[in-house]
Amino acid sequence: MIKQVYDWVDERLNITPMWRDIADHEVPEHVNPAHHFSAFVYCFGGLTFFITVIQILSVMFLTMYYVPDVINAYESVKYLQNEVAFGVIVRGMHHWGASLVIVMMFLHTLRVFFTGSYKHPRELNWVVGMLIFFVMLGLGFTGYLLPWDNTAYFATKVGVEIAATVPFIGGFIKHLLTGGEILGAQTLARFFAIHVFFLPGALLGLLGAHFVIIRRQGISGPL
Amino acid sequence: MSKKDISRRTFLNYMLMGTGGFLAAGMIVPMARFAVDPALKGDAGAGEMVPVTTVDTLTNEPQRFDFKVKTIDGWYKTESPMSAWVYKQGDEIIALSPICKHLGCTVQWNTEPSHPEQFFCPCHFGFYTKDGKNVPNTPPLKPLDVYALEVKDGKLYLGKPQPNPVGGA
Repeated sequence: MIKQVYDWVDERLNITPMWRDIADHEVPEHVNPAHHFSAFVYCFGGLTFFITVIQILSVMFLTMYYVPDVINAYESVKYLQNEVAFGVIVRGMHHWGASLVIVMMFLHTLRVFFTGSYKHPRELNWVVGMLIFFVMLGLGFTGYLLPWDNTAYFATKVGVEIAATVPFIGGFIKHLLTGGEILGAQTLARFFAIHVFFLPGALLGLLGAHFVIIRRQGISGPL
Repeated sequence: MSKKDISRRTFLNYMLMGTGGFLAAGMIVPMARFAVDPALKGDAGAGEMVPVTTVDTLTNEPQRFDFKVKTIDGWYKTESPMSAWVYKQGDEIIALSPICKHLGCTVQWNTEPSHPEQFFCPCHFGFYTKDGKNVPNTPPLKPLDVYALEVKDGKLYLGKPQPNPVGGA
């Protein structure tokens, strides 16, 4: 049945070559943990992506209940966590996944660094990876404010004050982040927009570039 | 039954798909259950009885009374405005919900000159007789709901709207 549907589509759109191009490629022996167990370090990038997928899925569901508003934000988080079935698990996935994605990304960066994989001709992909790193940190920073509890409020206050210490343009950056005179309603709304629209959009674009480049250039050789 | 040979490749494929499916389900099922939760939660229950008016203000003519009920809408607790058309039939008090059974607009008593002494819904010209029974060949298919009511110390208390016992036309 599935085969017939696939064949029907394939006959018209010729999708098999596309599929081959994406998924069907050699994995060199030196990056395959089945050959050398120590090659598990080459899995960190894929694991980072896997957790990113979980983050995107879980946030889609969390936004079914969450509202980015100073009156209701905390109450809606409290409600979705305590009153909705599996709320504690879905929010837990996003909460712990947020930390884990930074950890995995850091391990992936260390692997790339210590295997020298960033060297010619892969410098550009290192740069794209660094951009992904900063986008991820931005996602962590903006997402941290959204529950609108004391931790969130004061962590963001400190973050904004740090940004304000930048010479000359610090005040401008502060206002750009808070969206108003104080850290309040306008800050929460724009942090939400940045967290669920702007940065994920940038992240998906950069991830696409990251993957296209690695497929084009291939995995770097053994040590 | 003759045994069909399963190749090593097929067996491994099945194992991989099974394990992968199990892991994916472990991720997706909590999220899906989380999303459908409002549809699975039952109604809140009977609800409280709210004082609306004193009994001696009621007449044979339906009068509109506005009142407020506490509603809990997820994390948002508020007082929602409600109305009832209340009249007396002999000793019996009847409190009708103004919500049209066609598509949920609000009905008024005796506002359409062509159909005097009837409840009128202006959205699609639905009509109901005084007891709430829907007039045949107008859009509504069911009679107006009646409020659960009780009288205590000369005051009328209304509860939740319930299906009208007069039955549909």
